[in-house]
Amino acid sequence: MIEIKNLTKKFGNTTILDDISLEVKKGEILGFLGPNGAGKSTTMKIITSFWTPTSGSVLIDGVNITQDTLVSRAKIGYLPETVPLYEDMRVYEYLKFIAEVRGIAKDKIRERIKEVVSDCGLSKVIRKPIEELSKGYRQRVGLAQAIMHKPDILILDEPTTGLDPNQITEIRDLIKKIGKEKTVIFSTHILGEVSATCDRVVIINNGKIVGEGNPNELAQKIGSKELIYVKIKGPKAEVETALRDLENVEKVESKDRESENIFGYEIEPKAGVDLREALSQTVMNKNWSILEFSKKSMSLEDVFRELTK
Amino acid sequence: MSKEYLRTIYVLFKKELMSYFNSPIAYIFIGVFLVVGNWMFFKSFFLIGQISMRGYFDLLPWIFLFLSPALTMRLWAEEKKSGTIEFLLTLPVTDWQVVWAKFLGALSFMFIALLLSISLPISLALLGNLELGPVIGSYLGSLLLGGSYLALGLFISSLTKNQIIAFVLGLVACFVFFIIGTEFVLIGVPKFIVPFFKFLGLGSHFYNIAKGVIDSKDIIYYGSFIFLFLWLNARVIESRGWK
Repeated sequence: MIEIKNLTKKFGNTTILDDISLEVKKGEILGFLGPNGAGKSTTMKIITSFWTPTSGSVLIDGVNITQDTLVSRAKIGYLPETVPLYEDMRVYEYLKFIAEVRGIAKDKIRERIKEVVSDCGLSKVIRKPIEELSKGYRQRVGLAQAIMHKPDILILDEPTTGLDPNQITEIRDLIKKIGKEKTVIFSTHILGEVSATCDRVVIINNGKIVGEGNPNELAQKIGSKELIYVKIKGPKAEVETALRDLENVEKVESKDRESENIFGYEIEPKAGVDLREALSQTVMNKNWSILEFSKKSMSLEDVFRELTK
Repeated sequence: MSKEYLRTIYVLFKKELMSYFNSPIAYIFIGVFLVVGNWMFFKSFFLIGQISMRGYFDLLPWIFLFLSPALTMRLWAEEKKSGTIEFLLTLPVTDWQVVWAKFLGALSFMFIALLLSISLPISLALLGNLELGPVIGSYLGSLLLGGSYLALGLFISSLTKNQIIAFVLGLVACFVFFIIGTEFVLIGVPKFIVPFFKFLGLGSHFYNIAKGVIDSKDIIYYGSFIFLFLWLNARVIESRGWK
C-alpha cells in the first residue's frame, strides 16, 4: 500500500530524514513512534506531498507521489499536527468546501457530509464557527475532513496531542472505528497509545528507523532481558548482599519500601538463566520470607528509551 | 486545460471570495472605497462643473494603491501563520490552481467594489451628456491596474508570514511600479531611461486606457505583468521555502 524507499530529506546541511525505508500493508494500523523532532512529521509531510524528498521515493498503491501527485493525494486523508482549520468558516461550510474540492459528486455531497458528521459526532456543532470549537471538536472536524472522500489511507500526525484523557479515549476509539478498513499511519510520542491501537510500531530517532515490529516482538528483540521483581521481608543491607552473591546475577536494584524491613528488589539475571529456584532457596535458608514474586519483561517504554538514548 | 482542472480552481475561488465576506475586511474595504472615492470626486465636481469622470479615475489608482495590498496581505501570510497552508497544499490541487484561485478571488472582490461605484456614472449621465468611451475604458483600465496591484501584492504575501509586513511591502512595491511611469519621475531621470520607465510604469498604461483608447499594447502589458507575478508566486509556493 505504502512503500517508502531510501527516503532522505535535508534542509541545507541538516539531515532530517536519513535513508528511511518502510512498507505499510493494506489495512494495517501503523504507529509512528519517536521523540519530538525525530522526523515523524517530516515523513508524513513527504507522504502527503507537502514537502518533496531530497532523495528516495514513496509509492502509494504503486503510484509515485512526486510524479502523479494528484492521484496519490486523492488516496490520502491527512490530519496535520496542529489541526489547521479555516477559523472564519462554519463547520458545515468547511465540510462542504472539502467535499467539493475532493471532487464528490454534487448530488452526493449532502449525504456524505451527513455520514461524516454522524461518524465523527459533529451534529451538535455543525452550525458553529470553527473558531468557537473546543479542542476535542476541532480534532473531530480535522478527522471528518480527512475521511470525507473515503480515502484508503489515513495519515494522522499526533491526533491526540493536547486533549484531556476522555477526549483521548474518544478520538482513539474514533480512529479505531474509521480505521477498520483503512491503512492508517499515526504518529505519537505517547507509548500507551501505540499498544492500545497499533498492529505495528516503527520507532524513529534522529531521522533513522531504530526499531520495527509489533509491540511485543519489539520488546523481545531489543530487550530479551527478563527482570525479576521480588519483595522480601528481611534486613535490607543483608538481603541485598545475599542477592548479589547469588550465581548468575547481573544486577540488583532496590526498588520500593513497604515498611521497616519489607523491600522490593529488581534482579537482572544473566541471559537465559532461570533464577527462581536459587532465589527462593536462599531466602528460605536465611529465614526471610518472600511476599511477592513476579517476572517482568521489558515494556515498550523501556524499549523506547533504550532505542532513542 | 481540462474541465476538472477548472472546476477545482472554481471551488477554491469560491472559498476565497467567500472568506472576504466572512471577515469585516470586505465591508471596510467597500465602505472606504465608496466613501473616499465619491467624496474626493464630488469635492471638485461642482467647482469644475463638467460632466466627466476624469477626476474620479485620476484618483482611483491612488485609492487602489492603499486598498489592494489590504486585500492581498493575508492571502498567503495567514495560511502560513495558521498552518492551513499545509492542509491546503496537500489537497489534490496543484500550486498553480491555488495561486489562480486566490488571484481571481481578490480580483472578483475588486470587481464587485467597482461595480458598486456605478451609481456615479449613472448620476452623471442623468445630469448631462456623459461620454461613454472614456468611462468604459477607465473601468477596464481600473480592473487591469487593480489586477496588477493584486498580483504583485499576492506575490509579496507569499514571501512572509506576517500580514503587516505583507501590507507595507505590497504598498511600497505597488507605489514604485505605479510612480515610475508618471511625469513626476520621468522628468527627473536620465533621458535614455525614460521610455523604459514609461513602459514599465503601471500608471502610464492606465491613463492611456482611461482616455478611451484601448490599445492591445497596454492590455498585453498588464496581462504579462499579472502573469509574471503569479508565476513568481507559484515558484515561491512550490519551493516551500518557509518553515
